[in-house]
Amino acid sequence: MEHSSRAERVLRGVLITAILVFFLFPILWIFLMSFQTNEEVLRIPPSLFFKPTLINYASLITGKLQTAAGSLDLAFMLNLWNSVLLSTLSVALSLLLGVPAAYAFARFKFRGSEDIAFTLLSFRFAPPLLVLLPLSLYFQDIGLNDTYVGLIWVYQLIALPLILWIVRGYFEDISPDIEYAYRIAGHSWLQTFLRIAVPLARPGIAAAGLLAFIFCWNNFVFALILASADKQPVTVGALAFVTASGIQYGQIAAAIVLSITPTLALALYAQRYLVEGLSLGAVKG
Amino acid sequence: MAQIELKSLSKAFKTGKVLDGLDLSVEEGEIVCIFGPSGAGKTVLLRLIAGVEEPDAGAIFLEGRDATDAAPERRGIGIAFQNFALFPHMSAFDNIASALTAHGATVATIKAKVDKVAAMLKISHVLNHEPRALSNGQKQRTALARALAADPKIVLLDDPLRNVDAKLRYEMRLELPSLLRASDATVLYVTQDYKEAMAIGDRIAVLIDGRFEQVATPASIYRAPVSVGVARLFGDPTINLIPVNPQAGGDGLSCEISGAKVGLGAAQVEGAGRSMLLGLRPESLVVNDDAGLGGFPVDVVAVTPLNEKSVLLMRTRDGQEIFASEAGVENEERKPGPAFARFDPARALMFDEASGACIGSRP
Repeated sequence: MEHSSRAERVLRGVLITAILVFFLFPILWIFLMSFQTNEEVLRIPPSLFFKPTLINYASLITGKLQTAAGSLDLAFMLNLWNSVLLSTLSVALSLLLGVPAAYAFARFKFRGSEDIAFTLLSFRFAPPLLVLLPLSLYFQDIGLNDTYVGLIWVYQLIALPLILWIVRGYFEDISPDIEYAYRIAGHSWLQTFLRIAVPLARPGIAAAGLLAFIFCWNNFVFALILASADKQPVTVGALAFVTASGIQYGQIAAAIVLSITPTLALALYAQRYLVEGLSLGAVKG
Repeated sequence: MAQIELKSLSKAFKTGKVLDGLDLSVEEGEIVCIFGPSGAGKTVLLRLIAGVEEPDAGAIFLEGRDATDAAPERRGIGIAFQNFALFPHMSAFDNIASALTAHGATVATIKAKVDKVAAMLKISHVLNHEPRALSNGQKQRTALARALAADPKIVLLDDPLRNVDAKLRYEMRLELPSLLRASDATVLYVTQDYKEAMAIGDRIAVLIDGRFEQVATPASIYRAPVSVGVARLFGDPTINLIPVNPQAGGDGLSCEISGAKVGLGAAQVEGAGRSMLLGLRPESLVVNDDAGLGGFPVDVVAVTPLNEKSVLLMRTRDGQEIFASEAGVENEERKPGPAFARFDPARALMFDEASGACIGSRP
């Protein structure tokens, strides 16, 4: 890189800035919007200078939305709590089921193993709406409609294939000899799985878990159809900002900022596991 | 009582048969080297004994018990893999301790045993390092320490010196036999280096194409290989194999090499009148300018001095290339050119050209 000329370096800097502005500006703008009143947001021309207000956050947290037409109840904090609950439990269940399954698919060649793995992936082929219609009928019959259990179950369609396929690849990359060495040293199959395979696949499990969490968090259509108001996550709850007296841009922006926060925090936390090297130089290549 | 006993052990993969009816009995405290060319099935054999693979047929007895179907963790084996297979997320100490933690030892016992084996293998100073911070030699020693830490009755070593540099390999070749003997274990040692096999093994089991071609002490394998295949694997340069058609005469067998009549002694009379391969170890050939008795003419093509010895590449009149090696000091004036080679018939080997089997009794 030290051979690049001054012009090249300047050009590279300009391009990187342009790309960053392109991708980050909307987020910055939303962040700024969340501190403005609706009137300031809708002002033409828009301005970077305004008197920041916390009214949007206040109304989200208290659940009272003051509009020109009067006061309106908002269930945003409940929505946020639902999102946290649904995504966390879904991903936890998926990890609990998916990681051992991924290990089985990676290590044991049993009859139909490839077919089963492919079938699990194929859940993601069909558009969700195609699955949803029969699903909502079934769910009404067996009483899972509008329950957390039902939603978490359906969220497995999103999270499980993702975790299964990503983590499987990581398990396959671990030299089987490392696991054999631990077993021959006198440890059971289960101990080997828990103390060797899982720690070594941790970057993959972290990546898959994070992705699954993001996909669950951002899911809209499952919750829209299968859940009623008190079980709905933020993605569906955001519809409430489109009110009879207009669209509440300020609140929407504040809601977006609040709903990005948990995912962002999780991503930052998972980052240290993501960057861990995989095999860490144990096996002579 | 045999510590390791294999009974007609066979294993096939989709690509074909790998091991074909192996029988072997290893006594307590014995070190047996499994030696053979790559692809002969050496590693598969170790994996069968370790319980990582299942045999198609045959039985494995360990310490007198049938262990053919036992889980790997119940076999009481210490193993060092060729690729080390250290646990990358654990320190060298925890790697070595892994065999001890499984058997519920106390923290103090574990520490004492790890320290002891680490001192023996000179890795005490790196016990806190993770494998990625270790040099290849240290990794190899850690893997070895892990195999020995729990004082297993049976130790399997899969070419442990393959991935270390030449100097360390040489050191370890000298150290390993005493280390292994100090541990009292019965050892199977896989290698594809004949020098290593001869330096380390009490006996060598020569594995060729999935069968034990010969199981014997290093000296007797070198002196009396049962077949051309075994003879070729031992020795550097490799054994010279000269096609001959020996004839019986008054004073035993004789044959024609390079246009000269050469006496072969009386030991291998059953080879008379058949196509045979005369096996001559390079160091059993004497080369000089004197035709004399039993000498045959050769052209010395090249002389390669290797300090302690010189290797001569020679060509017979029939165009066959043969090697001779001579102790270094006396042949400094050796020049390429015509010469005569002779050998002691008692040190010559005779193989049936068709079957490759060694003919006649050998000392």
